[in-house]
Amino acid sequence: METERLDTYRSNMFIEVSVELSGAQILVQSLKDEGVEYIFGYPGGAVLHLYDAIFQQDAVKHILVRHEQGATHAADGYARATGKPGVVLVTSGPGATNAVTGIATAYMDSIPMVIISGQVPSPVIGSDAFQEVDMVGITRPCVKHNFLVKDVTKLAETVKKAFYVATTGRPGPVVVDIPKDITDPHIKVPYKYPKKVSMRSYHPAVNGDKEQIKKAVGLLLAAQKPVIYSGGGVVLGEASKELTEFSQLLGFPITNTLMGLGAYPATDKQFIGMLGMHGTYEANMAMHESDLIIAIGARFDDRVTGKLDMFCPYAKIIHIDIDPASISKTVKVDVPIVGEVKNVLEQMIDLLKDHKAKPQKKPLEAWWRQIDQWRSLQCLEFDRESPLIKPQFVIEQLYAVTKGDAYVTSDVGQHQMWAAQYYKFDKPRRWINSGGLGTMGFGLPAAIGVKLAFPDAEVACVTGEASIQMCIQELSTALQYKTPIKIINLNNRYMGMVRQWQEFTYESRYSHSYMDTIPEFVKLAEAYGHVGMRVERPEDVREVLEAAFALKDRTVFVDIITDRTENVYPMIEAGKGHHDMKLRVATGTSTDRELA
Amino acid sequence: MRHIISILIENEAGALSRVAGLFSARGYNIESLNVAITEDPSLSRMTLVTRGNEQIVEQIVKQLNKLIDVVKLVDLAESPHIERELMMVKIKTTSHTRTEIRSLTEIFRGKVLDVTATTYVVEMTGPSEKLDAFVAAIDPDTIIEVVRSGPTGISRGENGLCL
Ligand SMILES: Cc1cc2nc3c(=O)[nH]c(=O)nc-3n(C[C@H](O)[C@H](O)[C@H](O)COP(=O)(O)OP(=O)(O)OC[C@H]3O[C@@H](n4cnc5c(N)ncnc54)[C@H](O)[C@@H]3O)c2cc1C
Ligand SMILES: Cc1ncc(C[n+]2csc(CCOP(=O)(O)OP(=O)(O)O)c2C)c(N)n1
Ligand SMILES: [Mg+2]
Repeated sequence: METERLDTYRSNMFIEVSVELSGAQILVQSLKDEGVEYIFGYPGGAVLHLYDAIFQQDAVKHILVRHEQGATHAADGYARATGKPGVVLVTSGPGATNAVTGIATAYMDSIPMVIISGQVPSPVIGSDAFQEVDMVGITRPCVKHNFLVKDVTKLAETVKKAFYVATTGRPGPVVVDIPKDITDPHIKVPYKYPKKVSMRSYHPAVNGDKEQIKKAVGLLLAAQKPVIYSGGGVVLGEASKELTEFSQLLGFPITNTLMGLGAYPATDKQFIGMLGMHGTYEANMAMHESDLIIAIGARFDDRVTGKLDMFCPYAKIIHIDIDPASISKTVKVDVPIVGEVKNVLEQMIDLLKDHKAKPQKKPLEAWWRQIDQWRSLQCLEFDRESPLIKPQFVIEQLYAVTKGDAYVTSDVGQHQMWAAQYYKFDKPRRWINSGGLGTMGFGLPAAIGVKLAFPDAEVACVTGEASIQMCIQELSTALQYKTPIKIINLNNRYMGMVRQWQEFTYESRYSHSYMDTIPEFVKLAEAYGHVGMRVERPEDVREVLEAAFALKDRTVFVDIITDRTENVYPMIEAGKGHHDMKLRVATGTSTDRELA
Repeated sequence: MRHIISILIENEAGALSRVAGLFSARGYNIESLNVAITEDPSLSRMTLVTRGNEQIVEQIVKQLNKLIDVVKLVDLAESPHIERELMMVKIKTTSHTRTEIRSLTEIFRGKVLDVTATTYVVEMTGPSEKLDAFVAAIDPDTIIEVVRSGPTGISRGENGLCL
């Protein structure tokens, strides 16, 4: 009897006619019909019916993490690397709340994700039942949308809507909260996964307004000191090719936000580096002096603009964004264009090609001369003679060893900025980090998600000794699913980013930015079944990195003891404008500096 | 400036909290908010009065539009419109004050809804300023309670906020 049921169920899972399924089966089958490869999850009471349905099929693979935060970051990493939505499954109550940090992380960076959370049975909702938490309420401010499923006959449609909302327009996480009774294996209803859904209240913009685009092209052709400032929207909108063609057609300098890195090849001569708080001297100076900024899929974040009333004082601003709410939110723009970046850029490229006129040749040459002068300051140079390992040097070596072709995830702190500054990303979706929320603990689970998506690619997680401890338990997941990643721990024995701010603004009072006891990471890695390596001298860095990457099928934890006094430069301190950067002191090594 | 934002929103559980949550999370102020079902039971109509400079109100409108449950919205203050608010006031009365309150109610085109030996309940609809004026005309010591719906509004002419 049991086996018979199982067999019918199994065959039901793979035929397309309308069949009767339980809510649990409907969910799993909907995910399969949606083309979902992986679910990142963790079981519990409210989702047991779902886990039972997952057990009885193998089309959708479940990745068991060690903490629900890990599930969300792994799904997020998978989404950032592939462009496909990441899928998470957690139980009610603590499972759901543990997922919130990861949901907010995805929300801030506009990452498509669908989070299925279990809920207590419908009849007891609102009674403070065991492991009840108002997930729809808790996540409301950090999701693109959320649903509470109240009727099993609407489940498939709701799942479809969730994927539709998560992946279209400005992407984002969508929570589907499912009370346990909805997944009851004994209640079966006809199943049909909708091919398409439309929602009368949701119509994401597609094409930009033609007149606005014409106006923008006119401004571009007339500009004397133009800058292209592009962001994560180009990555999200798969418009890297168009951005590159557009920029090269115009010959303008281009800078990327932290989230936009890789959308334009960093090794190209038109690329002037990242902008903003830890952006290059040339990028920030160019922004400051510019007479025309075209912002493409970027949202004028405060880490980018610095003090608002000093932001780009001489420039007219064109802004392409799919989300009208991103436009003129903090910085008033002159030519807003709402639309898919890919389409808008295509329209602009067509217009530019039709146009007889070319960009202003003479002024543009003079502008480039100016920019090259700023460049010649070499703001990213660092002390290469130091007897200590410089973190910047490690990233340069990582770049060399991986031939610039790895997927690099990171945590949050100084190491994140160095990875962004010194690893030259030539392709989109290679640089995977939490920018908007700045979530420590992101890097390791994200790397697992990336490696699952691209098993043959090199995946490195650049981290710090503080960040890595926030989701270290996922080393266990990495072993279980054989996702050989390389963890590059820039171990400065400080919460370096915090220490840096304390050095600059609190007269080096290092309040709680230091831990007395840092684990022996080599042993820790070994305890989790991985390989640990430790490097203490600059001359060993290259060799150890090569050894680590040579171990193709092992996760390797490379613990690199770096100069603990090193700071991230350039830096625009709070309340300053782009032209007011703190640069590395030209002479003397930073190791000479005294630590309190 | 004062803005009256009229919103057509899916009649779903939680839709109201999305709007209210948006205002508190982003620090926008709400002067009043009312919501009720429309002739189409799947839609609610919400009227929200807020104040802010042009840039803030532009953001409010964009952020509201971004909510998935919001179908359509309009800032009524931008074009000719009619605004009405409902008020009920419970007033302590004595034999001396009754006539005066009744005539005041008549002048304001209100109605006395309920009478007891010691109280009147007066109902009044109109633009908010008219209701303010009525309340101001009554001796504050005699007011037991004031209940106001907050304004609702509708545009003049053929255009309407509908699907
Ligand atoms: C320690 C630390 C330091 C940082 N320092 C810096 C720094 O120095 N410089 C820096 O740049 N950042 C820095 N950040 C990151 C910063 O906080 C922001 O996350 C980042 O600047 C935002 O990038 P973005 O503007 O590209 O926007 P994103 O968050 O990537 O947003 C993308 C934008 O594109 C739009 N969009 C999405 N899809 C499409 C589409 N298909 N078509 C059109 N538009 C679309 C969205 O609506 C949105 O407006 C730092 C973060 C941390 C944690
Ligand atoms: C979850 C979380 N808590 C706190 C912070 C604040 N914070 C930002 S960077 C940082 C220190 C990170 O230290 P480490 O991982 O060692 O990196 P380093 O800066 O030393 O490279 C802290 C505490 C954060 N971003 N995320
Ligand atoms: Mg550190």
